[in-house]
Amino acid sequence: MTLSAESLAGIDKEVAKYPVDQKQSAVMAALRIAQVEKGWLATETIEFVADYLGMPAIAVYEVATFYNMYELSPCGRHKITVCTNLPCQLQGADTVADYLKQKLGIGFGETTPDGRFTLKEGECFGTCGSGPLCLHNNHKMHTHLSPETVDKLLDELK
Amino acid sequence: MSALYTGPKVCMWTLDHPNPGSLATYVANGGYEVLKKILAEKTPAEQIIEQVKLSALRGRGGAGFPTGLKWSFMPRNYAGDKYIVCNTDEGEPGTFKDRDIIEFNPHQLIEGMVIAGYTLGAKAGYNYIHGEIFELYESWERALDEARAAGFLGNDICGSGWNFDLHAHQGYGAYICGEETALLESIEGKKGQPRFKPPFPASYGLYGKPTTINNTETLASIPWILRHGGQAFLELGKPNNGGTKIFSISGHVNNPGNFEIPLGTPFGDLLEMAGGVRNGHKLKAVIPGGSSAPVLPADIMMNCTLDFDSIAKAGSMLGSGAVIVMDETVCMVKALERLAYFYYEESCGQCTPCREGTGWMYRVIKRIEHGEGRPEDLDLLMSVGGNIAGRTICALGDAAVGPVHSFIQHFRKEFEYHIAHKKCLVGS
Repeated sequence: MTLSAESLAGIDKEVAKYPVDQKQSAVMAALRIAQVEKGWLATETIEFVADYLGMPAIAVYEVATFYNMYELSPCGRHKITVCTNLPCQLQGADTVADYLKQKLGIGFGETTPDGRFTLKEGECFGTCGSGPLCLHNNHKMHTHLSPETVDKLLDELK
Repeated sequence: MSALYTGPKVCMWTLDHPNPGSLATYVANGGYEVLKKILAEKTPAEQIIEQVKLSALRGRGGAGFPTGLKWSFMPRNYAGDKYIVCNTDEGEPGTFKDRDIIEFNPHQLIEGMVIAGYTLGAKAGYNYIHGEIFELYESWERALDEARAAGFLGNDICGSGWNFDLHAHQGYGAYICGEETALLESIEGKKGQPRFKPPFPASYGLYGKPTTINNTETLASIPWILRHGGQAFLELGKPNNGGTKIFSISGHVNNPGNFEIPLGTPFGDLLEMAGGVRNGHKLKAVIPGGSSAPVLPADIMMNCTLDFDSIAKAGSMLGSGAVIVMDETVCMVKALERLAYFYYEESCGQCTPCREGTGWMYRVIKRIEHGEGRPEDLDLLMSVGGNIAGRTICALGDAAVGPVHSFIQHFRKEFEYHIAHKKCLVGS
């Protein structure tokens, strides 16, 4: 198991941000980059990152399990995370979440049988003024959601 | 109602210009001039700290601690490395101001951090950016590249011979990392679990080195203060509450968004700027400073001005300036259930009272909301809360208790109705 040259170059760029004796500081970024390439963090991926950064595998596993944007089991091609926290809830997030569940036929934490979508419940994205909100695969935010914009978004994600 | 504020803005002035986030806009309007002047004149650090103290700038991340005083805690003659860290881990429900600084005025934050680095004798700085705003993490990295290319960052800054660099560190989904020592642990590549204090970060911070951690809006205010003087900043606000401040208003208003207004502005003005309560509904309650701040009923809130002292006097906190507005259609039990779930989900698990207590509180509120409440549940909630508050390493425990106690204190009837009638008082 290894990562692509592009991923490794991305990790090296992160390592360079920290003092030479503090490579471990790049572990969060390394796991993020590995997850983008592999879709989720298998144990062997975590062990690879540990070797690459000279860390004990358990220390990397601790980080992977602590932060909730890492996936420790296989995930759909498109992960949709909906914020349902209070400001978004007041602005209609529950309606959007219910619509997504009904349209995809799955609940939070589940994946469609064709492996296309995973639906997750998220905590505050720090963008409450534009809620309801969702994240696509952790990195792309969609704001001001409604059933109509959800339809459009899902159609675009093949 | 007083006239709505149209005066100077400290952070969000770039929005009045085309291309608000660009280096060109920033430089064309006097950006980086103060940094150049400080480096050319070798302004003594004491003089800079004096201006920051005079400005009465108080930390914009929630605690409101005087920034000049915090800066003066850094050891001056320490021989090793020191660090400056910016906290953009903005995940307190209701807060969304720092993201706008990164998007619309990134260079003022960079200039503020470079000046802080110079003043505190730091070797490098890190900006910890909330995991869920990855696109802004990337845009801030591009702004850093622009600043390096223009000679405002990196080696030999503005030809002064002084070297200082900044980097972005991305979070990945943990509210607790907004706590400053958890944030340091996270930069060090560990779980974000808060440290005991003391020692404070000024003596034992990042990698065990002296470190100052400030909020994004705080650091972005520094260039304005040094350009116009601490006195001018103080006069924008009110005594002990210097400056304008960005208020994030969300929930049941017609136009949720950020509004930068002087500290001391009446709450009613902010509500008007946000278009008033949505669809002509009646105001019921307001959480004035992010989800951790105690809720206030409408009549108390309408008599508050938006500054640290007025909100504290009313029994809550200005916090990060995140104002969550609720109209008369809101069931306070349901609203509290969602907040309680948040703290349960985000407790780092290190301290037993918080790890176990947040779960208990969530489960009890959930059963009240779902018609399974028991008459003794409100006393139970107060008791569990009392056993969390003040018994944990960091403030998350207290933050989880604040909403529970204040919702019950001000809206007890709704909770009692839910328990007695197994349904909601709102709309019954």
